[in-house]
Amino acid sequence: MKVLVPVKRVIDYNVKVRVKADGSGVDLANVKMSMNPFDEIAVEQAIRLKEAGQADEVIAVSIGVKQNQETLRTALAMGADRAILVVATEDVHTDIEPLAVAKILKAVIDEEKPGIVLAGKQAIDNDMNATGQMLAALTGWSQATFVSELSVEGNSAVVTREVDGGLQTIKVTMPTIVTVDLRLNEPRYASLPNIMKAKKKPLDEKSAEDLGVDVTPRLKIESTGEPEARLAGIKVGSVEELVEKLKEVGAV
Amino acid sequence: MAVLLIAEVNGGTLSVDSTAKALTAAKQIGEVTVLCVGSGCTDAAQAAAKLEGVSKVLCAQSDAYGHDLAEPIADLIVSLSSNYTHIVAPSTSASKNILPRVAALLDVMIISEVTAVIDADTFERPIYAGNAIQTVKSSDQIKVATIRTSTFEASNEAGMAEVASIDACADPGLSEWVEDKVAASDRPELTSAGIVVSGGRGVGSEDDFKIIEGLADKLGAAVGASRAAVDSGYAPNDWQVGQTGKVVAPDLYVAVGISGAIQHLAGMKDSKVIVAINKDEEAPIFQVADFGLVADLFDAVPKLTDQIA
Ligand SMILES: Cc1cc2nc3c(=O)[nH]c(=O)nc-3n(C[C@H](O)[C@H](O)[C@H](O)COP(=O)(O)OP(=O)(O)OC[C@H]3O[C@@H](n4cnc5c(N)ncnc54)[C@H](O)[C@@H]3O)c2cc1C
Repeated sequence: MKVLVPVKRVIDYNVKVRVKADGSGVDLANVKMSMNPFDEIAVEQAIRLKEAGQADEVIAVSIGVKQNQETLRTALAMGADRAILVVATEDVHTDIEPLAVAKILKAVIDEEKPGIVLAGKQAIDNDMNATGQMLAALTGWSQATFVSELSVEGNSAVVTREVDGGLQTIKVTMPTIVTVDLRLNEPRYASLPNIMKAKKKPLDEKSAEDLGVDVTPRLKIESTGEPEARLAGIKVGSVEELVEKLKEVGAV
Repeated sequence: MAVLLIAEVNGGTLSVDSTAKALTAAKQIGEVTVLCVGSGCTDAAQAAAKLEGVSKVLCAQSDAYGHDLAEPIADLIVSLSSNYTHIVAPSTSASKNILPRVAALLDVMIISEVTAVIDADTFERPIYAGNAIQTVKSSDQIKVATIRTSTFEASNEAGMAEVASIDACADPGLSEWVEDKVAASDRPELTSAGIVVSGGRGVGSEDDFKIIEGLADKLGAAVGASRAAVDSGYAPNDWQVGQTGKVVAPDLYVAVGISGAIQHLAGMKDSKVIVAINKDEEAPIFQVADFGLVADLFDAVPKLTDQIA
């Protein structure tokens, strides 16, 4: 069985986001970019499936700018076998919408015929939480979202999902689309020898046009602004003072 | 504009708070029909019919709809879609699972976590863990959106809309429910509570989380947690507040032993009053706190619990 893992290049989660003063977006020039943290967990899970003998090949796919090669090399260094880059824009500030990403992934699936897709549950830049579900719709496959436990058992997979009320376990028919949550595993670091090896692993490059997908956005971004800032508060010296202040503002 | 609002139904009961908040957003767009889906949802449908401004309630019952499975419910919503310009739902784990599937089946984009309705095509939504707010205008025929409930007031209960039963669709049979692990609690729900007390890694253990729960119970509050506290096993996953947990905006949020990472702030920084108790005076949580107390939580929290009437 092949495992397909889509990985996104996003601003590193430790970087302070700066909104451009002209309202045109978030400044991504010269900031540290990394693999979306949820996607690292997906890559890790794919490698574990392979190590457990349940998968034969792990294919990482990234959609966006040419620089996504770096993200794919990271996936390869972690242990993915090969990578596919689908160039869909030249501008690092253009975010390809989940619907277009799902269409591109669908085209890749038609060629590669994986048995399972492991994707991150959301990207920490657009916070859409949508690509996996959209891909499941386009393929007509089952979907298992927000997954914190996964076991593949022949023609089905049993997954535990993190839901608002607690945990839900469901059984989905394979092939399936799984979106992973943070507690599924702890991703490994790539070792130096593996980083070197990754440079020799195959990385195919295509374009969105090659795959016949129109990536024109459906949502026009009219403006991007700063959220309302909170007014600075005060430090209180004791529990007594805290209780007094809370009473003053009617909070208790 | 004709809006189909998917109600939040849990075990046959309407989640009034989240549905009534999403209704407020839906009414800003157009005339609202509410859809209740479940294995049994007549009670939920009756409750939804009482919400002010609902013009009609549809009730679709089937065993296949009992556990929020995305595939059958998405098919049902798609089968109804031709009558509507908008399909919206309160942003919950169920709708976040189902509505993107609906959107892709309709070949439209999902608009996730809407925090403001500008007009029928234009919406605000947070990106980058709430560090930026984007205004987007949709060019799609049908708009499919989830509504962030923490930013809308709940609609009142003052109506009496008509309820109609509708047929279920065929179950595609792609997935099946196995079990739920849901802890029953007498505390208010995290996302609708007026007060939330949250504990972080600083609390140190599951046992010591009782200190947080004690304060919460004294205040009649819900209990929340940081990701670090959940990851460490001090608190269950459904208590997590933040970018990837729940988003809350209570009247009072008390953060105890939480450093204030942006991913945590994303879930609570719109609270009316924020209190932070942390022994590190440099902790970033103090930058958003109205009242900060630099103290050891093991000393301060029991004292605070005692001193609140
Ligand atoms: C993709 C992604 C998504 C994430 N999503 C979320 C999310 O949804 N929610 C979330 O919370 N986090 C999330 N995180 C994690 C986040 O980055 C932080 O790691 C996390 O919030 C830290 O939790 P904490 O504040 O409890 O722990 P720490 O950062 O370790 O802080 C513990 C605090 O406790 C204080 N303390 C220790 N002992 C005491 C004492 N005795 N008395 C008083 N104070 C004490 C310390 O001074 C410190 O400030 C996410 C991270 C990533 C990468």
